[in-house]
Amino acid sequence: MKRVTIEPITRLEGHGKISIFLNDEGNVENAYLQIPELRGFERFCEGRRAEDMPIITPRICGVCPVAHHMASAKALDSAYGVEPTPTAKKLRELMYSGYIIYDHTLHFYFLGAPDFVVGPDAPPSERNIFGVLKKVGLDVGREVIKHRAYGQRITEILGGKATHPTSCLPGGISKGLNEKEKEDIEKMARSSVEFARFTLGIFNDVVLSNKDYVEMILSDPYQLRTYNMGLVDRDNNVNLYDGDIRVTDLKGAEFDRFKAEDYLDHISEHVEPWTYSKFTFLKKVGWNGLRDGEESGVYRVGPLGRLNAAEGMATPLADEEYDRMYETLGGRPVNSTLAFHWARLVELLYAAERTVELASDPEITAKDLRNPVGDPGEGVGVVEAARGTLYHHYKLNDEGLMEKVNLIVATTNNYADICMSIREAARGLIKRGEVSEGLLNKVEMAFRAYDPCFACSTHAYPGEAPTVVDIYDSEGSLLYRRERNLS
Amino acid sequence: MGKLKLCFYWAASCGGCEIAVLDINEKILDILEIADIVFWPVAMDVKYADVEAMSDGYIDVCLFNGAIRTEEQEHLARLLRVKSKTLIAFGSCAHTGGIPGLGNVSDRQGIFDRAYLSSPSTVNESGVIPQVKVDVEEGSLTLPEFYDTVMSLDQVVDVDYYIPGCPPPPALIEGAVQAIAEGELPPKGSVLAPPKSVCDECPREREEKNITEIKRIIDFEPDPERCLLDQGIVCMGPATRGGCDARCLKAKMPCTGCGGPCPEAVEQGMAMISALSTVLGLFSEKQEGFDPEMIMEQLKDPLGTFYKYGLPTSLVNRRVMKR
Repeated sequence: MKRVTIEPITRLEGHGKISIFLNDEGNVENAYLQIPELRGFERFCEGRRAEDMPIITPRICGVCPVAHHMASAKALDSAYGVEPTPTAKKLRELMYSGYIIYDHTLHFYFLGAPDFVVGPDAPPSERNIFGVLKKVGLDVGREVIKHRAYGQRITEILGGKATHPTSCLPGGISKGLNEKEKEDIEKMARSSVEFARFTLGIFNDVVLSNKDYVEMILSDPYQLRTYNMGLVDRDNNVNLYDGDIRVTDLKGAEFDRFKAEDYLDHISEHVEPWTYSKFTFLKKVGWNGLRDGEESGVYRVGPLGRLNAAEGMATPLADEEYDRMYETLGGRPVNSTLAFHWARLVELLYAAERTVELASDPEITAKDLRNPVGDPGEGVGVVEAARGTLYHHYKLNDEGLMEKVNLIVATTNNYADICMSIREAARGLIKRGEVSEGLLNKVEMAFRAYDPCFACSTHAYPGEAPTVVDIYDSEGSLLYRRERNLS
Repeated sequence: MGKLKLCFYWAASCGGCEIAVLDINEKILDILEIADIVFWPVAMDVKYADVEAMSDGYIDVCLFNGAIRTEEQEHLARLLRVKSKTLIAFGSCAHTGGIPGLGNVSDRQGIFDRAYLSSPSTVNESGVIPQVKVDVEEGSLTLPEFYDTVMSLDQVVDVDYYIPGCPPPPALIEGAVQAIAEGELPPKGSVLAPPKSVCDECPREREEKNITEIKRIIDFEPDPERCLLDQGIVCMGPATRGGCDARCLKAKMPCTGCGGPCPEAVEQGMAMISALSTVLGLFSEKQEGFDPEMIMEQLKDPLGTFYKYGLPTSLVNRRVMKR
């Protein structure tokens, strides 16, 4: 076995780190994903003014600031006992749909597509966005840049700034939409629907038409049988902005359903000494370690978790795609980690269609933007961030200052799943100590599918982190080190 | 002259500064016309070892975002300082400490206690706290230790220029790139933003009249045409450097101060307190209906209001500096 010389470990630990341990036979004994940082938003938000929370918390993550902005505003709605006006609700959801267009586009083309479009065994120097553009052509590249920018532009129109918007506050939103802005958004949204369909077309042609890829998606190393969680509307369709939190079991049946404010009765967090991130689990089932199956309270969130936890999509084209995905992959729930990519594109189409619906609503330019707030109290706000269910829980004192803050962030919900997916992929793919670049990439594909955002997972830095993979032999010596960036 | 060698690095930041660079959209191609990017962890596969191998001053311009909280971040700041001819603190966190700098109201212990022990969703009967080194069944795992205190970039290394904002607005990024390309950078230590306040860019009408009451945006819908400060809202505009086109004001929300202090100000919070005391008539003592104590009572969370983005570089930072 070849020993690879490496630089000191301390130089690199500011980022996500995977350690894979081999046994005497050179097979995988265990694998760990460590999150090496913590920031403490819960602590330093204490004492801040309520209205500052939708300004401060987006700085948890510059990739998904809109999710934090919105969860924060909703937690304050609830803490002040105020319903946003009908127009404010629409405007917020409109901003939210624009954000999903931007975020899902970014992930698919920059992170996911290189593995499929360029290929999982291609050299790392080509397996990036530039490699994707080389394969699909510069015209497509321009469309990608354009529609990512559209998503950002929609947030900017409604929130003042695309990164770290400012307009949502308890009871509504500070800024309305004029006719010109409405028209602009509608145009961008219609174009985004076509772009989402086009992207699903690429997925169809490149991935689903390739027997090897379909086999890879359905192969054992990429399976994980867990509960699933996501927000649903009254008809059990996926909803990203609001609804009940629904949990489905391993057979796809409803296992639990609750309102945001009751979250503490349904989910809890577990602490391990080897990582700064916590692990969430279903209270009813309990924490039984990093294992899947019915006996384990681990659940999945994010695009695949949401689609599994629902029964359809609320817009027509996305609903067709939803059905097609489950027909192709053998019914609900789908347990293949790699199916996250497909689910993400179904949601991209949904978000674009929903943006059209909202932007073409004649009432969207109405002037009822804010309702007066009541007395400050306690509240919980939940949205579906691009990467999964996001909980903000605030307790205010009678002056409207933050007394206590609790945050359970999208990637934290998926942390146990990501750890297990890496371990299972490593076990299935690395045999007799043979490690290659292509194999390691296939291990990484198991967690890249989740679009893990380490900024979110411990409210740590940075946004989408470079990662180190270390492989140790049974004596604990480092055999191999690999560094690469996730985006 | 060959192409410029450019580097982007992030320390303790949210990733928003990287997105801000992407948000100049097609103009990023102009950057690539004049510069080669030699190190950018978010977008490229260059290892730290490659940076260590560069000769001193190899990088022409390094745009460094994020505050400093861990040993690793400090190490990289020092390394990139040596390797770069020009080091630019990019964005609020590197410039003044940023939102993460609010962490200086507490310390490692306080943050750990809240996250792992007292959080209402956490079940942790045996009081497990993450450790720097842990022996697991298969071997040992290590985590980096982080400092008690958050620091701005210039509290760790010598900084040549600053680009303010959370994140920096596209116009400031484009302006800085142009100045670099044309070799027309101002004197060392300059903030690369227009020498004016947010008020100078704000379209609202300001009468600078005295106010007798401090109000909160949460409690009423202010008039969209009139100055927010005139309406009693603590808007950080007068004490905050412009260059942002008053974007938050145009979204009908007050400025929260991400641009940092104005050129002549000693400190942003003090400048705001001074601006407030002027309009509150604290110098015209016997104004009718004015009660200074009532005003102080109405001013909630002065620390979070005046120093939201600048606690580490403020005079009030913390008494005991301990890394």
